[in-house]
Amino acid sequence: MQPSQDSSGRLLLSGNEAVALAALHCGVALGTGYPGTPSTEILESFSALGGKAQWAPNEKVAAEVALGAAFAKARVMCTMKHVGLNVAADVLFTMTYSGVDGGYVLIVADDPGMASSQNEQDSRRYAEAAVAPMFEPADSQDAYDLLKVAFETSQRWQIPVIFRLTTRVCHSKSPVKPRFAIGAKLTAADTGAPTPDFVRNIQQRVMVPGHAKPAGRRLRAKIVEIENWNNTTGPQCVERRGAELGIVVAGISYHHAREAAPEASILKLGMTYPLPMQAIRDFVSSVKRCLVIEENDPWLAAACRAAGLKVEAKDDTIFRFGELSVDRVKRIVAGDSSPEPIPMRGKPPELCVGCPHRSSFEVMKELDCIVSGDIGCYTLAALPPLAAMDMMIDMGAAVGMGLGLRHVLPREQAKRVVSVIGDSTFLHGGLPGLVEMAYNTPSTGHVLVILDNGTTAMTGQQEHPGTGRQLDGSATYQVSFENLARAAGIRNVATVNPVRERAKFKDTLAEALGKDELSVIIARSPCILAAGRIAAWEKEKAAAAKTAADTPPAEGCGCGCGCQS
Amino acid sequence: MNSSAKPTTATTNVRFAGLGGTGVIKASDIFADVVFRLGNETKKAEVHGMSQRGGSVQSDVRFGSEVNSPMIPDGACDFLVVMEPTQIEVVRGGLRAGGTLITPAEIDTAKLPTSKALNVAMLGRLSRCFDFPVEVWQASLRANFPAKLHEANDKAFALGRG
Repeated sequence: MQPSQDSSGRLLLSGNEAVALAALHCGVALGTGYPGTPSTEILESFSALGGKAQWAPNEKVAAEVALGAAFAKARVMCTMKHVGLNVAADVLFTMTYSGVDGGYVLIVADDPGMASSQNEQDSRRYAEAAVAPMFEPADSQDAYDLLKVAFETSQRWQIPVIFRLTTRVCHSKSPVKPRFAIGAKLTAADTGAPTPDFVRNIQQRVMVPGHAKPAGRRLRAKIVEIENWNNTTGPQCVERRGAELGIVVAGISYHHAREAAPEASILKLGMTYPLPMQAIRDFVSSVKRCLVIEENDPWLAAACRAAGLKVEAKDDTIFRFGELSVDRVKRIVAGDSSPEPIPMRGKPPELCVGCPHRSSFEVMKELDCIVSGDIGCYTLAALPPLAAMDMMIDMGAAVGMGLGLRHVLPREQAKRVVSVIGDSTFLHGGLPGLVEMAYNTPSTGHVLVILDNGTTAMTGQQEHPGTGRQLDGSATYQVSFENLARAAGIRNVATVNPVRERAKFKDTLAEALGKDELSVIIARSPCILAAGRIAAWEKEKAAAAKTAADTPPAEGCGCGCGCQS
Repeated sequence: MNSSAKPTTATTNVRFAGLGGTGVIKASDIFADVVFRLGNETKKAEVHGMSQRGGSVQSDVRFGSEVNSPMIPDGACDFLVVMEPTQIEVVRGGLRAGGTLITPAEIDTAKLPTSKALNVAMLGRLSRCFDFPVEVWQASLRANFPAKLHEANDKAFALGRG
């Protein structure tokens, strides 16, 4: 569907759509990432606009693929949710040392209030820890404009930068006036993107200590230069109203503050690491009372105070948790720490009618399993009425946690432990766990159940290496879970449909639990929301295979030159 | 919980609520499209993700000469369109005193071309509350649905608009 448009050529876009359009207009050669709410739509939109977008098995690989392209002077973006940055962090902390040759924007979407996440971590801290410049747009136009600044910064100082979004920026829609018309054919002169090219620089890119030590110093020197630039020419702006109250803010909170305190002067920051501390200092001294407004961690307030600035901050006993809003900012401005009204609870999410996971977990309950679980739609099985999952912490953890339980529990309990993981999650973080199963095998063995519903479901049915289709739907190699299990030396590998063959699934699982051996059971049945698409693709694949089998080989010498011999 | 705060005259606040997977967000997209086409500053806010798994979902549309936060402040909805009866009491507190509540009770659902078109019928009912040219509503519906659904949508919209 075409985006909403007004008569002046503005588009009504979500933050994610605005980032995707900006990436196109900035000449991004490659977008990588892993699905993660609220960031998922960025790559989907980018692909729909004609950009080259790929899902990687996990965020670390995504970040590394992007890095290779950036070493080759391309502009790249890598997208993920906040916990995904934990996975990509190993890349981040050393690629700031090496720097990049093109432009590298790492887009991370935080989820204050945990609309759909397992924690409320504040990714702003990564910028400071990894020494990466960071941008925080407040809305869709800001995201569109700031991405250009982010790429220019990255390219000018040859450093990866963080583009930090939150759920309300990602999923809220607001007007965007783009620099180019939709569908415009852009040149390198339009986008400012360099031409990919490899120039050897071993000292820059191989981070042995001998190279890394000077790289660390160069990194710190870059940050000082960037801070100076940010102080003088950075993307912050001051809205001057009264002199009684000043607010320092970044991100979506800017809009809440603007509405909550119409009389306040506001310093809205754009690049929040390194902070434009001189600009902030000037602003603070221009108002009687200065308040720092931010969600979650008091990170911005702490940075201002560390610089000796006298600023107020929110009462963290209340306002550290959850997202901010106009009402909450009003309370913070008024110093009102009285109990907030408790909203009425709506209906929580549950497994769709017809979801295959229901059957799988009912069977595990019948067998009184201790279930070490993982992240996906199937996590909902932990909630009543199923209440059939005992633990879930991070992507892929099901395997390792299950093994840990087996290693120490008394035999009767250990024999009940099952690790349960989804197809996409298994390829994301479960593979090393599979190797661990074979390497440090518990004396009672172990059972791993891979719930293969043919898609990355919870985030909106995206493709992954086990579906045989890439992000844009084109066919590719389809990884086999059965082969992976056998390659790790697991002898008991079974595939069964947990819905249509429920009794067989139960027997297979019971038998596996009864052995003191390693077993992998692939419980395969399509996600009900993706089933139609999967069936259509299977049909297409079968037809293509039949055509290939029926087509007689072309006459010719076989050398591929097209000659007829 | 109603607050006594009146919305600023600059911004009109419309909230759509219901359960995931029933077209709540789609309805809000169309409404936002309509007001944006008409030249308003427009913002909308919602949360994607788990709501589709049958959970509660809300989407705010704010429009006017000026809009700041995309989220409607507590008790400041001018219009509250609730597509699922079980959610009415859950979300009713978002409506300001004197605001307008629209529920499926106002639609002759037996006359719907398909139950999936309830959201379009509710938009028809909502359209009565504004002086927007009906052509803009129709253009927005056409732009936001595939051609095979246009006829059913026209019927559903007309049913709601009356």
